[in-house]
Amino acid sequence: MRERRVFEIKGLHVDLLQTLKIALRALRTNKMRSFLTMLGIIIGIAAVIAMMAVGAGARHVISQQIASIGSNIILVIPGSTTSGGIRIGSGASQTLTSDDAKAIMAECPSVETAAPTVRSTGQVVYGNMNWSTIIMGSTPEMFDIREWPVTSGRSLGQQDVDGAAKVCLLGQTVAENLFGSTDPVGKMVRIKKVPFTVVGLLERKGQSPQGSDQDDVIFVPLRTAQRKLVGSQFPNTVGAVMIKARSEALLSKAEDEVNDLLKQRHRITGSKEPDFSTRNLSEILAVAEQSSKAMSLLLGAVASISLLVGGIGIMNIMLVSVTERTREIGIRMAIGARKNDILLQFMTEAVLLTMIGGLIGICLGGAGAMVVSRILSWPTLISVESVSIAFIFSGAVGIFFGFYPARKAAGLNPIDALRYE
Amino acid sequence: MGEVISLKDIRRVFTMGDQQFEALRGISFSVAEGEFVAIMGASGSGKSTCMNILGCLDHPSSGTYLLDGLDVAGMDLNRLAGIRNKKLGFVFQGFNLLARTPAVENVELPLVYAGVPAKERRHKALAALEQVGLGGKEGNHPSQLSGGQQQRVAIARALVNSPAVILADEPTGNLDSSTSEEIMGLFTDLNRRGITIIMVTHEPDVATYAGRRITFRDGQIIGDTMTNQ
Ligand SMILES: Nc1ncnc2c1ncn2[C@@H]1O[C@H](COP(=O)(O)OP(=O)(O)OP(=O)(O)O)[C@@H](O)[C@H]1O
Ligand SMILES: [Mg+2]
Repeated sequence: MRERRVFEIKGLHVDLLQTLKIALRALRTNKMRSFLTMLGIIIGIAAVIAMMAVGAGARHVISQQIASIGSNIILVIPGSTTSGGIRIGSGASQTLTSDDAKAIMAECPSVETAAPTVRSTGQVVYGNMNWSTIIMGSTPEMFDIREWPVTSGRSLGQQDVDGAAKVCLLGQTVAENLFGSTDPVGKMVRIKKVPFTVVGLLERKGQSPQGSDQDDVIFVPLRTAQRKLVGSQFPNTVGAVMIKARSEALLSKAEDEVNDLLKQRHRITGSKEPDFSTRNLSEILAVAEQSSKAMSLLLGAVASISLLVGGIGIMNIMLVSVTERTREIGIRMAIGARKNDILLQFMTEAVLLTMIGGLIGICLGGAGAMVVSRILSWPTLISVESVSIAFIFSGAVGIFFGFYPARKAAGLNPIDALRYE
Repeated sequence: MGEVISLKDIRRVFTMGDQQFEALRGISFSVAEGEFVAIMGASGSGKSTCMNILGCLDHPSSGTYLLDGLDVAGMDLNRLAGIRNKKLGFVFQGFNLLARTPAVENVELPLVYAGVPAKERRHKALAALEQVGLGGKEGNHPSQLSGGQQQRVAIARALVNSPAVILADEPTGNLDSSTSEEIMGLFTDLNRRGITIIMVTHEPDVATYAGRRITFRDGQIIGDTMTNQ
């Protein structure tokens, strides 16, 4: 009994090699047919690879953008999110003040720091160069919140805000357009005709999740902006307050604290609509993430449909193959092949077919992802996992769709099979 | 010498719809080791049906069949496949070789399913090809061989696993008379070396090579004679 078992295992081992050889020969006999059969699998697997590459690339971009904005950020803007069903844009009401920002910093325990901002657009002139850009008035905390250091000169200080100093920090894009490659620090520019001294040049940030250029900006002290640049009838109001929570875990707690505090300060009780709204930047990023997910979903649909169609194609061809080779099956059975030998042989053939298709698909999908990243300058990442998942998947398709034809072959009666013409 | 095959009152009834047809109606005979038996009879007399049962490709409806002392009746399909593999060698009228497969690999086939390692397989297959006079043709595909040569490959394949019996159903049916003679010469040769052969044939000339002749008619044996060669 024991001897017999050893013999069986040995037999199986030899069979596997031989079965592989037989399967390869069968596929080679009908090269064109094998290739056409693989096509569905090739397309499906290529789509799987491209899908995962694009998805991974999108996640990479988004996480970079999160880093560029600064982490754990909450934005408070004046005006309620909805007012009688109609959305009111930021700045529609003039109720948020720099005192609110101070109170938030002082009284919300989950808030690390907060910076009020005012925003305007206008012309900046240096010599005979001019550039239209965004002018932001804020406090030194702004640069902590957004994790945004200067590459040359200095950042804004509290004394600049207190003294409403006419100094400014340039974003990279503004500096490039006004100064080219020369260092702007110490130079005089005119912002909306008011002369300012450039004290620092900010580090490059790149694109925001919404696709705007974050470096196309000039920062001035908050009070300077309120007095000289933003024509407001309420000098103490601000356009927004940017808040950094102490940690990611405290993000929503901080948001609640800010909401409660501002409601109290603005005397909003009961069902009264608040005159401000808070936005969590991770929500904004979620939108960006969603669009990349939609893209992945589309590719995923293409992938699963073509894998399904490809699998049915494989099943069809395998059934044809079983019929064509009925006599061969009869010969093998007469000579001593067991049901399982025949089953294994046809399964091997189907799996080999899909796995070769899978390999070609992986190469094609990789090439496709590379082309996409070239054309759209959208990074795509092909991971070892995605390749192995695709490969395993192609094998699974072969097993699933190869089983029925293989079982049909194994179930043939040897006498009938031998007689088949 | 021992009995290799013993059939007792074998019946085979085919059912087609509501019709029944009894192709074998109580067949009994034994074959001793080293015999060369020719089975003859008119078309439709049940020769092939009997060979299928002898070859463990089909079960009798009733009766007992002992092959090399083993009662084959109750065996499951996998055991029967093993029996066919180790105790029987088949030679068919239509050769039944695998197309696009070299002669030597055709001959190796029974050894593949017997689990013989590749090296030993190749060695035995080449020896069997040598034995049937096809040394040097091992790389040829069936389409690159004559009918007689193809039948020799089939005989080598039947021989390679040292079976208890070789079963041949009209082995010369597709061959011209001179090639038939060659093949029968080969069979005689193998039989002299002690291999048991049971062969179905329509041709009396071919049957003369056998030492014993069993004649079928309508599913029954009507003659069983020893012939002196
Ligand atoms: N699978 C089957 N189903 C129904 N009837 C069958 C089946 N196989 C054989 N028969 C019948 O059994 C009888 C014997 O057939 P068999 O093939 O054994 O004849 P044979 O003696 O080999 O004839 P031949 O010399 O023409 O080969 C025939 O009448 C045939 O129609
Ligand atoms: Mg017949």
